[in-house]
Amino acid sequence: MIELRRVSFAYPQRPVLTEVSAVLAEQRIGIVGGNGSGKSTLARLINGLVRPTGGQVLVDGLDTHRDLKQVRRRVGFVFQDPDLQIVMPTVAEDLAFSLRPRKLPADQVRQRVEQTLAAYGLQEHADHPAHLLSGGQKQLLALAAVLITEPAIMVLDEPTTLLDLRNRRAVMRVVAGLPQQVVLVTHDLDVLADFDRVLVIDEGRIVADDTPGPALAAYRRLAEV
Amino acid sequence: MRPKDIALIALFTALMCVLGLTPRIQLPLLPAPFTAQTLGVILAGGILGARRGFASMALFVLLVAIGAPVLVGGVGGLGMILGPTGGFIIAYPFGALVTGLLIERWWPKLNYLTAFLAGFIGGALVLYVIGQPWLITVSAKVSLADGWWSWIVYLPGDLIKTAIAAGIIVTVKKAYPLITPRRTDATPAAA
Amino acid sequence: MLSLYQPGTSPVHRCPAWVKLLAMLVLGTAAFFLTDLRVLGAGLAVVIGAYAVARIPIAAAWKLLRGVLVMLVIVVLAQGLLGDWPTAAQVGIRLLLVIGLANLITLTTTQTAIVDTVERIATPLRVFGVRPDRIGLLIALVFRFIPVIATEAARVREAHEARGVRPGLSYLAPLVIRTLRMADGLGEALEVRGVGEDDPPRRRGARVRG
Repeated sequence: MIELRRVSFAYPQRPVLTEVSAVLAEQRIGIVGGNGSGKSTLARLINGLVRPTGGQVLVDGLDTHRDLKQVRRRVGFVFQDPDLQIVMPTVAEDLAFSLRPRKLPADQVRQRVEQTLAAYGLQEHADHPAHLLSGGQKQLLALAAVLITEPAIMVLDEPTTLLDLRNRRAVMRVVAGLPQQVVLVTHDLDVLADFDRVLVIDEGRIVADDTPGPALAAYRRLAEV
Repeated sequence: MRPKDIALIALFTALMCVLGLTPRIQLPLLPAPFTAQTLGVILAGGILGARRGFASMALFVLLVAIGAPVLVGGVGGLGMILGPTGGFIIAYPFGALVTGLLIERWWPKLNYLTAFLAGFIGGALVLYVIGQPWLITVSAKVSLADGWWSWIVYLPGDLIKTAIAAGIIVTVKKAYPLITPRRTDATPAAA
Repeated sequence: MLSLYQPGTSPVHRCPAWVKLLAMLVLGTAAFFLTDLRVLGAGLAVVIGAYAVARIPIAAAWKLLRGVLVMLVIVVLAQGLLGDWPTAAQVGIRLLLVIGLANLITLTTTQTAIVDTVERIATPLRVFGVRPDRIGLLIALVFRFIPVIATEAARVREAHEARGVRPGLSYLAPLVIRTLRMADGLGEALEVRGVGEDDPPRRRGARVRG
């Protein structure tokens, strides 16, 4: 469960989020908002990539300021640009890299890497340079590299924005099948139709918080003004 | 080192390697064409600052040493470092360090002229001071005094590359500043 | 992976990296104190023999040597013209010996083996705040991002040409800025994947996100 208690975040000259409060317990939560609305910052607060300048963010009772390391192990994060998330030269090495902080024995690492490769259809690319993968395969690898650490919650910040339609669907299929709680920031409103809850962010505040139908209607009205 | 610093150091080093692959450019006044890689040392110090610039160029030298073909012409290896011009390669991190220290000191009022000066001192003078004695004494057996002035042949090229690098440093300062200025009154005295 | 390594199973290949590096250090240093042409010549013959034992293709050896050859010729000529020719021969053979040896190590040792050795040698540098275990990560990151930045460079050049800007160095500033922007995303990606989580904690508030 994710709990935001009067959370604010500001750069020295510029407020980004202002006293946001919410308890996020549903399995599938969408976040929508315009460019610069603060939605990406909200997503980053959940795993401590951004620490609040006011208020508190709790993940299963753990504070992102105080218990950062435990929060990070619980919350996996996927970014928009697949290229920047892959940090090792080859596919298998990149998956193994995620397990480094766990300090597991080598054979366990190998076993989990193989399982993960198979689960996401990347076996044949195991030793390929990541550079040669397609955009969609890269994003699947980025997703797999997070899932290999078995986080309890997945936060995804516009994971499909840079992909074509076919790859969007491939990535969203994987996301839809995840057993984890999912928090998805997206401009792709269609995929939110079967979500449990959607938050609409505007100018650093939650302006609508509802089931997808009413929330997305509110978001569309906002865009028309 | 923050993860962001690790990212900056690695990406800049990768950029340095890519610049070694770019087509050679023939400039007026220069006997030999050069590639953009020769600008890397000045840019590393002038854009990343002293600490990260030094680390990035040290990483580049290490890549050469472990046999990555990242020098201009697709060569590398320990032989390049132990060869006659190896002193110039070894000097890269120190050149970046000196340029970075000067840029940090002059940061608040940095302009084209001060950027040029910082680039020339770090990217040319420091390289001569380390590279020339190496070239002259370690590899050949010419006396240092006899061979010293041969660096004059590099001067036109170094002036041009410093002029280009200074322009980039000033542009990047406006578009994407990364350096925190080094205050002249030094750090607060330790209690 | 970007490498000049020539795979093989010869004794030269199997020799541990630290032994080869130590041998180079000792022989390289010794060569600078030797003046007898016959001894230097014998040394060079041994190095050439080692290439044969390692079964290095001549083309691969030549490609590496070519990189330093121009400078080597200049140094030898300068020595001969400014000094005397026997010394010039001495200088030439000595350089060939040392460079040949260094190149042989490059050709017969995997980068991983050298990086491991470097990390071990760098361990005492911990005192100065250097993290030897970061060296391997940094090298891997560079290899990962060389193709990414090369693609980026091609894009920037295309954009310039599309707008009729003459090809030259004008693409450099935008390329540098794009590279620096990438560091924001890569820094975050490294952070969520656990890089830096074992670092000593910084003071609260010391960190300003940019």
